[in-house]
Amino acid sequence: MITLAQLLTLSGILFSLSVAGIFLNRKNVILLLMCIELLLLAANFNFIAFSRYLGDIHGQVFVFFVLTVAAAESAIGLAILVVLFRERRTINVEDLDTLRG
Amino acid sequence: MLVESLFYVFGTILVLAAFGVIVSRNPVYSALSLVLCFVTSAAIWLLIEAEFLAVVLVLVYVGAVMVLFLFVVMMLDINLDELRRGFTRFAWLGWAVAAAVIFEIVSVVWARGGLGLDVTKGPTDTAPDYSNTLELGRMLYTKYVYPFELAAVLLLVAIVAAIALTLRSRAGHKVQDVSKQVAVRASDRIRVVKMEAEKRS
Repeated sequence: MITLAQLLTLSGILFSLSVAGIFLNRKNVILLLMCIELLLLAANFNFIAFSRYLGDIHGQVFVFFVLTVAAAESAIGLAILVVLFRERRTINVEDLDTLRG
Repeated sequence: MLVESLFYVFGTILVLAAFGVIVSRNPVYSALSLVLCFVTSAAIWLLIEAEFLAVVLVLVYVGAVMVLFLFVVMMLDINLDELRRGFTRFAWLGWAVAAAVIFEIVSVVWARGGLGLDVTKGPTDTAPDYSNTLELGRMLYTKYVYPFELAAVLLLVAIVAAIALTLRSRAGHKVQDVSKQVAVRASDRIRVVKMEAEKRS
């Protein structure tokens, strides 16, 4: 029998790996988007685990909405990425300094 | 017992694939590792009886979002050496943060007494004719019907935004103007010429 603690640990490992990925690939916008997808997947793991172990379907409804928003987010993010590459011929985060941030 | 060993197998594959996403040299390999991540996650969600969401994850993510990712990765001509430079500069910080997160989660979850995790009483056995999809649909179309409609509108806005962002018109680009085509009348196109018939010579 899978316990709740095992599931939470797995999602914690997944979450921390994707946080490490954001630190490692901080120049590449495509990999940053992929790491954000992994972060959302780890969060969804927690929702589904608690939904199963509390016998409450609401958590799964919330995962459904998170999946919807994440799909919309990645579609718009990739569209912005394509426009950015067309304008600047680069996807390096360090070259995006027009706003002097 | 079988479920638990399957969980360990899929969990190991999931962690290794996530590792592959963040360290592989080529973004295409990262995207393919992410596909493996989503598929094994769907398998684990099946093990904890979230069948509908597992199917949705494979259909929406592996079928649509990751194809979009691969499309963009292969379409853009990226100079990888430039992006890889300084890869290890903040690596120690990344691994330190990751270790801190894992330490915190493990120490909370596996603490003596479970910090109240045992109030969940574990999963309840479901009836043989229980349908996860039916329950989720019942919830979505009654209690969550307005958020559901809002999610649909959000997807529509996302489609419009993505197309409007990437659409470009080039000079010398030939397009159909459908409203002009529909509004055209016969008198615009043909001219009836009346003339005398010529004599046979």
